[in-house]
Order: sequence, then structure tokens, then C-alpha cells
Amino acid sequence: MSLAHNFPFFTILLCLLAGVVTSVLKPRAAKYLTLLVSLVVLGLSAATLVLTLRLESSYSFMMGHFPAPWGNEIRIGRLEALMATGFSAVLFITLVAGLYHMPMFVSQKKFSLYCIMVDLALASVLVMLYTNDLFTAYVFIEIITIASCALVIVRQNGHTLVAATRYLIMNLLASGLVLLGIAMLYGITGHLLMEPLQEAVREIYQTGNYAQPLTVVIALITVGLAIKSALFPFHAWAPDTYAFGPPMSSAILSGIISKAYIFLLIKFFYRVIGFDIIRQSHIDDFLFYCGVAGMIMGSVMAISQRDIRRMVAYSSVAQIGYVYMGLGMASMAGVAAALFQMLAHAAAKSLLFLSTHELVSVSGNHKRFHSLHGAGYRNVAAGIVFTVSAMSMVGIPFTGGFIAKLYLASAAIPLGGGMRVLVLVALAVSTLLNAVYFLHTVVSIYRRPAEDVLYPPAHHIPRYVVAALFVSMLMTVYLGIGSGPIMRVIESGLKMFA
Amino acid sequence: MSKRRSDWQNRPQERFVRWMREGYLALDEAIEDSVLQPGEAPPEVDPELAAQHQEAALQHRHDRDLALDRLAQYDLYAWTLTKGRRLIGRLHVLLSLLLGGMIIFFLLGTVAHMPRFGAADVPANNEVITRYIEQGLAETGATNMVAGMILDYRAFDTLGESTVLFIAACAVLILLRIDLDDKGQPTQQLIAEESDDRHYEPKNDRILQGTAILLTPILLLFGLYVILNGHLSPGGGFSGGAIVSSGLILYLNAFGFKKAGRFFSYKTFQWVSFGALGFYGVAKAYSFYCGANGLESHIPLGTPGAILSGGLIMPLNIAVGLVVACTMYIFYALFRKGGL
Repeated sequence: MSLAHNFPFFTILLCLLAGVVTSVLKPRAAKYLTLLVSLVVLGLSAATLVLTLRLESSYSFMMGHFPAPWGNEIRIGRLEALMATGFSAVLFITLVAGLYHMPMFVSQKKFSLYCIMVDLALASVLVMLYTNDLFTAYVFIEIITIASCALVIVRQNGHTLVAATRYLIMNLLASGLVLLGIAMLYGITGHLLMEPLQEAVREIYQTGNYAQPLTVVIALITVGLAIKSALFPFHAWAPDTYAFGPPMSSAILSGIISKAYIFLLIKFFYRVIGFDIIRQSHIDDFLFYCGVAGMIMGSVMAISQRDIRRMVAYSSVAQIGYVYMGLGMASMAGVAAALFQMLAHAAAKSLLFLSTHELVSVSGNHKRFHSLHGAGYRNVAAGIVFTVSAMSMVGIPFTGGFIAKLYLASAAIPLGGGMRVLVLVALAVSTLLNAVYFLHTVVSIYRRPAEDVLYPPAHHIPRYVVAALFVSMLMTVYLGIGSGPIMRVIESGLKMFA
Repeated sequence: MSKRRSDWQNRPQERFVRWMREGYLALDEAIEDSVLQPGEAPPEVDPELAAQHQEAALQHRHDRDLALDRLAQYDLYAWTLTKGRRLIGRLHVLLSLLLGGMIIFFLLGTVAHMPRFGAADVPANNEVITRYIEQGLAETGATNMVAGMILDYRAFDTLGESTVLFIAACAVLILLRIDLDDKGQPTQQLIAEESDDRHYEPKNDRILQGTAILLTPILLLFGLYVILNGHLSPGGGFSGGAIVSSGLILYLNAFGFKKAGRFFSYKTFQWVSFGALGFYGVAKAYSFYCGANGLESHIPLGTPGAILSGGLIMPLNIAVGLVVACTMYIFYALFRKGGL
């Protein structure tokens, strides 16, 4: 085993230790440490990706002296490495572009604590990507649950506290469901490691013993993770949490953390249960219809918002719907399209939250659309970035969102008649709805502002923030132009994954 | 003269057309603009004053939007306050009861299908458990099988669990800690909380203090015993840490924050949890690295049953115990008055 094989393990340990070290640092040092850690994680994850591209199959890494069913284990393949690279890149850019305005939301004394939350959230995301053990996944779900609520709650005003309380309750409920599911699964199989679990599940399926508990387990874990990632009927916590938290936290929550849960769900489907049994249990149909409903309803609710950040938050609900629709098709192509959509949405959504904050802050912190008139001229960079990421959300060619929709549509072609029509119609309708509210917003930020309003002088935006926003924008555009290699990695990764 | 509905401006198609052309509230703005149309050229004004006016106008506009929103919702709002409130409330209760009942029913039904608890042929009774029981002592050097399992076989999970405690403490700190202001002076909130706390703090309660003097050393000693013998007998870092912290909390209750602050301040919490978790992380990183790469870790297991045995288990138990004790103590202090 070469040194490079250790890189995923290094990234996890590095984030955990950075979180611990940050607790005794001064705010300034904490900020730089967090930035450095996310950069190093990005580098190491990219190196892991290069390594796994050379390997024929994924490899497991023993966490300790004892082999897998007895000790802990992580498993690294192309898909995990690709996702880790994508998420850490998004996180790094979000931190560069977002940390400078955090003093508006967090008191100086509590800034180090905020950095701890970011570090530990990254650690848990990495563990959820790499872990090969269901219980390890649950432990880190706990960490990320607390971290994500704390990311919101640093901004202590009434709205945020209410939103965060709701988020906490929903999140804990979901954790409880997942834990219950894992406990029952352990009860009927006697394993926590994924490979023996799958064997045991297959045996249960063939013999028919414990078939009913198995169905309940699948339902509990799926619904638990769906609540955490804001799938449509369980999305009630999402809009307020995203709209009233600090923009950087919203970017991290919506861009990265909710995707990590979905990745875990995909892992559960592929590695623990097996896709053929998932299809038999019809939970994929449930996810499919919820996803389609989310695509439409999320957009409809976004249209009726008058506050730009709530609108962006509702659009998250719609975009998560696309991911679940792909997942619900229960085919290789559908899941690959869902994974691509996850990457495209992660890149565009964090950008959207950050540029929205910039636009709002040059408009006297008013979030109504007509207060934003002319914001695109007052902050040119944020206007351009917002426009491009909105285009990606709508699905205009040369952006990541367009390619994701294209893959979703082509994944629907081999499906049966009714479902195919439903996918295509839903894609068309939701694209139209997305266009209605995003283009309306883009038009309104470029409208001439009312003459009687003098906006407060624009505060100085550091150059590196503009640079980070533009790099992220290029990422979105790259996902739209050079999607071929990424899609090939996803597809070959999925084959290694199962 | 053709008849026009009085609210023709609010018909859906009118609103849609307006929205497409102008955004939401263009008509209101147009009315306001025409009212505010200046008659003659305005006199010279102080730019600072003008800026203030603009700011006020912006604020006013924002407030008016809120008011308009409220007005639009008023009918529904009034209804929900009267009849609707009761109706919807009852509906919610009914639906929640129904849903809860259904979930309970299904889960109970599932439990009936689960393997019998404790039976010999349950699926959980497999090679994993067998190795823990039969070779646990030889492989981990811990007489307490559970300690060997959580701190050696599955040490990564336990690292995660200790991190959960640490992050929970940090989250509560974010939420409840009341700071000195930027100049290091106590803020109004802090002073208020201090004076509030007097109500809860028993002043020189002799019985409590006497009990605390007697019990605190015993609790601390017993906690340390449970932690240090974690690899030999039932107990360990989690339970021992809880006992230690209960001793500390008893002392705090009897003698107040001032005396307790002499040996446990916010800095103590920071450095102890940093030291403990940092040690845990580094020690286990070394052990994981050796294990995964097939290297010898050179950590002696010692004679099973001796106090210095079990490799890393005892130091890790101490680390976990410290984290647990600090976390519980700081939870108590934060919930009581928002600081140490």
C-alpha cells in the first residue's frame, strides 16, 4: 500500500484534528487554519481521484489493526474520490468568498466556534462519502446534524432561532429514524459492514425470513435521509433555514451537506440492500414521485416568494427533486444523472447564495425584488455570477444544469411508457417554471432603480472574493462544456461502487 | 358607462400583466411617485440630511411592503385567529395522533417479526461476536470486553462519539455563552444574568455545603477509579466522566461560580478538551496508520488484568473521561447562567 492510498484517511483525520485545534485558536488563526485545511483536503482528494483513476477497482482501508467485520473500514473508489474533490472544491471556494462577511453575522468571540463547525462538517461529509460501515456513518451523521444546526444558529436573531429550532427538530427526528433502521437491520442480519450486510440481506430476500422488518428498515432509513436532504414533502425546514441563516452557512448546507446525505442513501441502496431488492420494495417509485412533485412544487412556491433568499431556498427544494427523480429511476443511467446533478447543483447553488448576499448588501440589506433594482450595476461581478448560476439552475446550454437535465432526460428514454412521459413532461414544466422566477430575478436586478432611492455606498469587496466567485462560475460553465470526462468517471465509478 | 369591478386591479390576469411588466408593487409605487412629484426645484439641502432622508425612505418602503403583505393576508389571518384556529388545531391534533398511532402500530408489528431477543440462534450471534469474546483478551489486552471493543476494535467510531460530545459543547457555547464586550467590560446581559443567578444560588446553605464537602472528593475519586479501571472492570471513560462531572456540579452548586471558577474556567474547558481530543486523534491516527499499512505499532499490551495493560485503552479512556466531564460541566454552567 503506497502513501497515496492513505490520503482519504489523512483528509478525515486532518479535519477532525483541525476542528479540535481550532477550539483554542484566536479568530484570525482559526479562519486561516480552516481555509488551509479545506485547501489541503481539496489537494489530497484530487490526488486520490488521480490514484483511483489508475486502479481497476476500489480498495478498502483498515482503520486500525483489525480487519473489517471486526474493526472499522473505509472504502475508496472513483466515485467517492470525485465527490470528495467536488465538495471540497465547492467548500474551499465558499470559504474564500464567504468568510470575509461572516463578522456581520457572528460575534468575534464566537468565530472560532463557527470554524470548528465548518471543519467538523467537512470531516463528516468525507466520512459519509468513504465509510464502508453503517454505524460509522451514523456516528458522523450525528456530528453533521449538530454542526449544521450550529452553522445556522450563529446568527442569533428571532427568525434564525425559530428556523434553526425547526431544523433541529426535523433533523433529530430523521436521525432517530436512521438509527432505528440501522438497529433493526443489525438485529436481522448481525452485521454493520456493508459487504456482509448485502449477503445477509440477499439471504433474507431469498428465504423470506424477516422480510417484513427488512421492508421497514428500507423505509425508515430512506425517509430519514430524505428528511435530512429536504426532499419535497419533508422540506418544511429548508426554506427558513436557508433564508435566515448566514449566507455562507446556507451555501454549505444546501450545496454540500444535503448532498452528502443523498450520497449515503445511494450507498445504502447499492452496497447494503442491492438495487434489485430496492426495485422490489418500490421505495424507488416513492422517491421518484416525491422527486417529480418536488421539482414542480418547489418551483411553484419559489415563484410566489417576494424575498430573494427565500426564492433561492425554495429553488433548492426543486433541485433536490431532480436528484431524487434520477435516483428513483433505479437505473444506472438515472443514478449517474442524479450524481451529475448533485455536482452541478453544489457548484451553482453555493454561488447563488453568495452572490445573492452581495446583491442584497448593495441594496441596503433589503431582500425584496424591487429593492434590488439596479443591484446588478452596483455590484457588477455579483450580477454576472448570479446571472450565470441562475442560468445553470434554469438549464440554459453551456452550464452544468443543462447537461444534468439532458442526462436525466436521456436516462428516462429506456423507461416504460408512463414514467418516460412523466419525466419528460416534468422536466419541461419545471424548466419553464425555473425560467419564470430566475429570469424575473435577473431582469429585476438589471432594471433601472427608482430615482428617489439613494443606495448606501457599496462597501469594498476584496479582489480575492471576486476571483473566487469567478472561479466557481467557471466551474459551473466547465460542467456544462466538459461534462464528458466527468460523466465517464461517474459511470465507471458506479460500476466500481456496487 | 361600463361597470367595472372595484378590485379590478387585483384580478389574476391584471396582476400577472403588472408583474410581468413591472414587478410586484409597481402600481403602488406609481401612485406614490405621482403624489410625491415635486412642484418646483427643491432648495439646496445638506447632503448628510438628504442621505438620512433617503435611508428613511428606503426603510419606509420596506415597512410599507410588510404592512401590505399583512393586509393581504388579513382576511385569512383573522379567520385563522377565530374559527380557523380551533378547527385547524383540532385537525392537526387528529392527524398527528393518527400518524403517530399508525407508526406505532407498524413498528410494533415489525418487532413481532424480529428475531427473539437473547435467543441462541439470532443472526447477531455470528463470527464477529465470537471473535470479540474469544480473542478479545489476547488481541486487545483488556479484561473488560466492552472497553476492548469500543476503544480498540472500533476505535474510529468512538473517536466520532467523543467528537459528538465536543461539538455539542461547542454548539451550546455558540447558543448560550454570554460574552464580555469588545473592550473586555461586562455587557448589560451579563450583569443581568449574574444578578438573576443569585436567585438560584443558595447562599451558604450549610447542609448543602457540608454534604458537598463530604461527597465531592468521594465522587471525584470514584469517577477516577471508574475511568482508570475502564479496561479491567465495567465502566470506562463515558461513565467515569459523568461521575466526575457530577462531583464538580455538586461543588458548583454548594459554593457558587466564584469558588468553582478557581479551578475550572472557560480556558480550562478549552485546553482540557483540546488536549484530550487532540491526544485521542493523534494516538489513534498513529495506530490506524500502522494498522492499515501493516506496520508494527510497538504499543505493548502488557499483562491482562494489570493496571498498566491494554495498550492504548487506558490513555484513551482518560481522554474520553476528560471530554465527557468537561462537556457535562459546561452544559450545566451554560444552561444556568451562560458562562463559567
